Amino acid sequence: MAETAVKEKESVFQFGKKERKLLTDPLNDNNPITVQVLGICSALAVTSLVYPSLVMAIAVIFVTAFSSLFTSLLRNYIPKSVRMIVQLVIIASLVTVVELTLKYLNYPVYKQLSVYIGLIITNCIVMGRLEAFSMANKPWRSFLDGVGNGLGYGVILVAVGVVRELFGKGSLFAGSPIELKIIGPTADYLVNTTDSMLFGWYANNNLMVLPASAMFIIGIMIWIQRSYNTKLVDVS
Amino acid sequence: MEFLNTFLKAAFIENLVLAYFLGMCSYLAVSKSVQTAFGLGLAVIFVLGITMPINWLISEYLLSESGLLGIDLTFLRFILFIAVIASMVQLVEMVVEKYSPSLYSALGIFLPLITVNCAILGGSLFMVSREYNLSNAVAFGLGGGFGWFLAIIAIAAIREKIRYSNVPPALRGLGMAFILTGLMGIAFMSLMGIDPAAFTTNG
Repeated sequence: MAETAVKEKESVFQFGKKERKLLTDPLNDNNPITVQVLGICSALAVTSLVYPSLVMAIAVIFVTAFSSLFTSLLRNYIPKSVRMIVQLVIIASLVTVVELTLKYLNYPVYKQLSVYIGLIITNCIVMGRLEAFSMANKPWRSFLDGVGNGLGYGVILVAVGVVRELFGKGSLFAGSPIELKIIGPTADYLVNTTDSMLFGWYANNNLMVLPASAMFIIGIMIWIQRSYNTKLVDVS
Repeated sequence: MEFLNTFLKAAFIENLVLAYFLGMCSYLAVSKSVQTAFGLGLAVIFVLGITMPINWLISEYLLSESGLLGIDLTFLRFILFIAVIASMVQLVEMVVEKYSPSLYSALGIFLPLITVNCAILGGSLFMVSREYNLSNAVAFGLGGGFGWFLAIIAIAAIREKIRYSNVPPALRGLGMAFILTGLMGIAFMSLMGIDPAAFTTNG
């Protein structure tokens, strides 16, 4: 009797090849931003610095993971006709939790992200995964799918943040405890452009501070990804 | 005057798509032809124009501490706003289906999409964080919707033309749409220094 109970528990939380694929697929072949084109809305405006993008990525991973889990747990009790509203309420409650937690833990970043934390609700990744995956799958797999898609989104977000901050401000992780000053005109930067013989020509690229640069960076990322992964190329 | 001010500002200077990148998902997904973009744009103007004053009333009279209940309920803001938007979209869908079947068949599939259009919820959240009054909220809703409408028509027209150009295969479609939007964003930025009061007081 006890043995079967253990066996059942194992089968609920198993982590095999299929489950690993749920986590890794969204990182490249089925990336939420560059392939599924979901969740761009709240992504672009927060990526001018790495630290807020990282916070945003963690918030989104939390919301996708747990909204998938809860929707999947409730999937047999949600009537088809009101499922959108039920899903939205689940997401909105989770986002409220995230918002209040962030406000308490790190007020400056909360201010910086402003309305974009609230906009996780309408982040199409969350809704999209609930509709496409959690409504038809078991809780544990839905949870992994949520984590995977959140990660796929977070990777792009942080990558864009790194490019924009490095070339736009010459620093990394500004505003966090581990701020790195890499290249800039004063002595506290790693490479000081006022004194350096080699880097005297260097100036920060102000375009990278503008939100429009995020569009270019993602566009170029798509270009690079599709040159390697030719099955994603748009044939129409 | 103030109404017109906020309207112009929301439509051109603080364009929801090109300055804040809100409503990107449907903007990129539905901009393959001008005709469908037109339908979605109209639906967005409509829904933004309706939900904005309703959400303003809710946040002013229901959620704030000086409201009817006298308790600070601002933590319920997200849930209530999204519920209003979702139910409004549902309502609009039913009304349009009943009274104008031709418009319904044109808008049909886009209406549910609008619920998760960030521009709608983002508009309401901006309205709260900027402390607009009721008439400004209406102007912001209509202006923001109009700006969104213009932006999606513009990109759809460009994408229709660019289909005949020789774009590198890996950049075709989505990648090109991203880069175009970036360029349009930069073009729209030149409007940023303009004070909308200059139009309205002179004209």
